[in-house]
Amino acid sequence: MRPELAKFKGLNIKELPKEDWIAPGHRACQGCGTVLPLKLALKVLGPNTIAVSSTGCMEIITSPFPFTSWKIPWIHVAFENSATVASGIDSAIKALKRKGKIPKREKINIVVFAGDGATFDIGLQFVSGALERGHNFIYICLDNEAYMNTGVQRSGGTPFLAHTTTSPAGKVIHGNITWKKNLDGIIAAHNIPYFATASPAFYMDYMNKVKKASLVEGPAFIHVYSPCPTGWGSKGEDTIKLCKLIVETRIFPLYEVIDGKYYILNRKVDKPKPVEEYLKLQRRFRHLKPEEIEMIQKRVNEDYERIAKMCEVFAPPKD
Amino acid sequence: MGKRVAKEVSIAVADAVAQCKVDVVSAYPITPQTHIVEHLADLVNNGELDAEYIPVESEHAAMSACIGAAATGARTFTSTAAQGLLFMYEMLPIASAFRLPIVMVIANRAISAPISIWNDHGDVMTMRDLGWIQTFAENGQEAVDLVYHAYRVAEKAMLPVAVNLDGFIVTHVVEPVELLDQELVDKYIPPLKMKHKLDPKKPITIGAIGVPEIYTEARKAQDEAFKASYKVVVKAWQEFEKISGRRYQPIETYKMEDAEVALVIMGSLAETAMNTVDALREKGKKVGLIRIRLWRPFPTQDFIKALGKVKAITVFDRALSHGATGGPVGIEVRSALYQSNKRPKVLNLIGALGGRDVTTEDFEELFDRTFSFIKAKPRFAYEIFGAKE
Repeated sequence: MRPELAKFKGLNIKELPKEDWIAPGHRACQGCGTVLPLKLALKVLGPNTIAVSSTGCMEIITSPFPFTSWKIPWIHVAFENSATVASGIDSAIKALKRKGKIPKREKINIVVFAGDGATFDIGLQFVSGALERGHNFIYICLDNEAYMNTGVQRSGGTPFLAHTTTSPAGKVIHGNITWKKNLDGIIAAHNIPYFATASPAFYMDYMNKVKKASLVEGPAFIHVYSPCPTGWGSKGEDTIKLCKLIVETRIFPLYEVIDGKYYILNRKVDKPKPVEEYLKLQRRFRHLKPEEIEMIQKRVNEDYERIAKMCEVFAPPKD
Repeated sequence: MGKRVAKEVSIAVADAVAQCKVDVVSAYPITPQTHIVEHLADLVNNGELDAEYIPVESEHAAMSACIGAAATGARTFTSTAAQGLLFMYEMLPIASAFRLPIVMVIANRAISAPISIWNDHGDVMTMRDLGWIQTFAENGQEAVDLVYHAYRVAEKAMLPVAVNLDGFIVTHVVEPVELLDQELVDKYIPPLKMKHKLDPKKPITIGAIGVPEIYTEARKAQDEAFKASYKVVVKAWQEFEKISGRRYQPIETYKMEDAEVALVIMGSLAETAMNTVDALREKGKKVGLIRIRLWRPFPTQDFIKALGKVKAITVFDRALSHGATGGPVGIEVRSALYQSNKRPKVLNLIGALGGRDVTTEDFEELFDRTFSFIKAKPRFAYEIFGAKE
């Protein structure tokens, strides 16, 4: 087990700074579950951080020139390539440190914020390349399960049978006909130092994961579940409820993978709530028939059991 | 002065890049660019160049990484050709709009389909309007000198520069090349200090969304900086002459003093054309050659001045602009002349596509046609030269 992670005791909520590095007054929708992980991550990482955003909601809401919500250096280049832009920043810092142009001991975090479209689909090649090359950066995928910025079109992260504008719940085809892409498996298969899933409702768990991601040398990836009331047809006030239910229903297990080989389940869900409880809060699933909900339930059970089993078999060694 | 040594031009170009003490090289292999980036990888891995070499997974990533690195204040380099340049395309206007001093060598190659690894200018013409300063080299020595020049210009003008070399014809030829002494390079290209960069001590936002109220103004500001770069380019060549003794200017002329007709060319074909000019001059024919070295920003005044008293010119383009009024260079030249009192007849031929050779005999034919064009009525906007019927 990596010593920097084995030694890590967890953040103390009282020691977290009061200051935020993402300013209020940004243009996110009411109840946005995506801007929350942004704010929490920066609370942990602090001002010595360079952020890269992919094109998407979070880029749009924070940067309508001449305004900016970013109190730290921030760059947006394009939709698909923020992992590569981060690679360039990492290489620049390494070279400039070696040449004495940046103080050698200065710790600068590099963090990418990218949506599911930017990560699961158009940017997968760039993410894969950057992870494989071992750049020292944190990639946070803000997963709201569709292309929300362009008006709710399906992505590789969209769940089975969800209604979106390009996978509508029609009379013949009943929503999105593909299962959510197993991005976590793909990322973990890169054997990067740190991978984790997180949900903003379990905010200390999430912030600890961001901290761990910053402690490891090399790439770290956090897949954060991020409800979108606008795209999902859920109530703004239900966002945190959804963030809890996604874990309690076993749809989105919270776990970590260290170096691609050690699996840790952060929250064992022994008495799962039925997926229906989660689905019924969202208009994108309202067309589902009981047998379809049953199909989803079956798949959720299988996926959770697979992850739980991995965490059992490939647990980190006990010191 | 440096020593003249026989070197493959790609290797010499990479050596010049290393002399410029780049911090980050990011590249993906593509023929005929490979020897340049391979040699840079050698230099880095052997400890001769202190830089980070990022072996990216695509050209799009090569430019993306250069953007990230340059925005952080690092001196960057990449190189590509043809499909690679096209794959990188989305990043090119972003690099220039961000005012990043990235230097790229393009080993010019025809674009697919049909797939071709050989030389023409079809690849680079796709990026002529994206705010990159662009120069064209005729031979190995010029290629090397344009690399030094590129860093000087990029970092003074805060704009990216593309140096164009004809693939294989220039890149793979072994030539006597003189590299500058390191201390001269250091003097000519001092360490990069960027006023605005990604620095936690002085946070800035780069790449914000341009609402309709601001987009036009942002583009105008960029355009003004781009036009102003002409002076930076010329001054950098004047400064280069002082340290190297080698003189460069935006437009090169050959035997134009009393020329009646002239060819207008970019890149390495000008060497063959010069031989033809010499041969025809011996026969008493008043012919000359104009070579465009600085393609963007287009040096309109220099070009008009270079025309002298010619009655007709043939613009020999090495790229197609399907359905346009000419090849890219032809269109540019005609447009420049329309505002000028000096208006020779312009024949626009497009040739040497996908590596097709143009011989001295071909150039003789071109000059003959230019002579007969003095009194002819133009029938075609452009014509493809040398295609077998």
